[in-house]
Amino acid sequence: MAEQYTYAVSRIHAREMDLLTGADMEQLLQCSDFREAMRYLAGKGYGNGEEYSDTELMLKDETDKMWSLISELIPDSRPFETLLRQTDFHNLKAAIKAVYTSENAEDYFMGGGSVEPDLILEAVKLNKYGALPDFLADAAAQATESFMKTGDGQECDICIDRACLETILKEGKESGVEIIKDYAELLAALTDIKIAVRSALTGKNKAFARRAMADCNSIDADALSDAASKNIGEVYKYLEHTDYRDAAEALKVSMSEFEKWSDNRIMELIKTQKSNPFTIAPVFAYILGKQSEIKAVRIVLSGKKDDLDTELVRERIRDLYV
Amino acid sequence: MENLGIVFALTGAALAALMAGIGSAIGVGMAGEAAAGVVTEDPNKFGKVLILQLLPGTQGIYGLLIAFITLSQIGILGGSADISVAKGLLYLAACLPMAFVGLWSARRQARAAVSGIQLVAKRPDQMGKSMIFAAMVETYAILALLISILSITGIAGLNI
Repeated sequence: MAEQYTYAVSRIHAREMDLLTGADMEQLLQCSDFREAMRYLAGKGYGNGEEYSDTELMLKDETDKMWSLISELIPDSRPFETLLRQTDFHNLKAAIKAVYTSENAEDYFMGGGSVEPDLILEAVKLNKYGALPDFLADAAAQATESFMKTGDGQECDICIDRACLETILKEGKESGVEIIKDYAELLAALTDIKIAVRSALTGKNKAFARRAMADCNSIDADALSDAASKNIGEVYKYLEHTDYRDAAEALKVSMSEFEKWSDNRIMELIKTQKSNPFTIAPVFAYILGKQSEIKAVRIVLSGKKDDLDTELVRERIRDLYV
Repeated sequence: MENLGIVFALTGAALAALMAGIGSAIGVGMAGEAAAGVVTEDPNKFGKVLILQLLPGTQGIYGLLIAFITLSQIGILGGSADISVAKGLLYLAACLPMAFVGLWSARRQARAAVSGIQLVAKRPDQMGKSMIFAAMVETYAILALLISILSITGIAGLNI
């Protein structure tokens, strides 16, 4: 029943008032240096009220604060775990490379996934995946086998990336929540486009591009991989006939422009939930909105730390949720 | 068989109170959840959201009013309770607009009230507009109340 989330959604809509607006981001950009930017964010309630000197620590505390609010509102976190899958699969990649190469996995592990990185590392070390959730176990077994047979890190990566997208698409469909389904579809389509562009620019064949792409409804992976095997112009031509025709314009500028366009497209999708009074969708959109805000804050703080030109940093900032 | 008239009439009164009451209970409860969510974040908005929470409660009062008028007309509260089957059925039919519209409008008004409460959470200055949106639904509960009252009071004068 949609109405079962009335309390949670009302609280989330009230919380949206605390998210940073475009004007707040502009003020952050105008801060004279890194320390002033950190003080400005502390004034906006970032972190746990401590005085931070480490950006990542502050952003981690802010992320934890957000997840703590979500788990208080909706104890069953399953609908939101779709958002953690990219971290889970990233950690799987790091674990496989750590076990089968001399790299130190801990340097590459990311926090905030749904499965503890140590559990993944242990499973990969033992080559026994029973302790891992099903969505990760199958991908881990396949990727490990591929890596042991070929020793090709790229093959291992595309196997895991595709499994990640397929898991997100599957969970999106199973959630029964329109916005999660649409988000999964959009994410898969945008990733397929990115794969096609990279394949075209590096001269990969059709089979490689097709193996890396996930099947989604808004993109014909066969046609896109075929275009990618020819040249980048064919990829642009294919995109002209899809819902992603604007992507070609962004791609013609640069890959980072395309990534910004992709993030803005996701933001455009979730912004519809700002006025939705019911269902779990506004909570899901808030999480994505907050994550996007944290990403933007990280970009600004990195710019301040490295004393980059404000205009250069401003160009990289994505649209915000509020 | 001749006593069925009072049974039908009482069923009508009970349905009006029951269904409109259920609608209001659901509606006020739903709006209360939304109000609690907003007040958790900003306790200063209690007064504003309370008014919006109460709006779906009126249908329950209308249902009670219809039930009360019916009971007094059919003699349950005093006087003669000798009602023909035809009149009993007419009383039942007269109560139905309030029963059904009460139940449904309270639930729909609650949705409008929840949206209004969330609007107030973001824009406290839009309190008046958010009340109007929810109050529009009230129109139909009032129309049903009017028809039920006119019908019930008119039945007494019929010679059947």
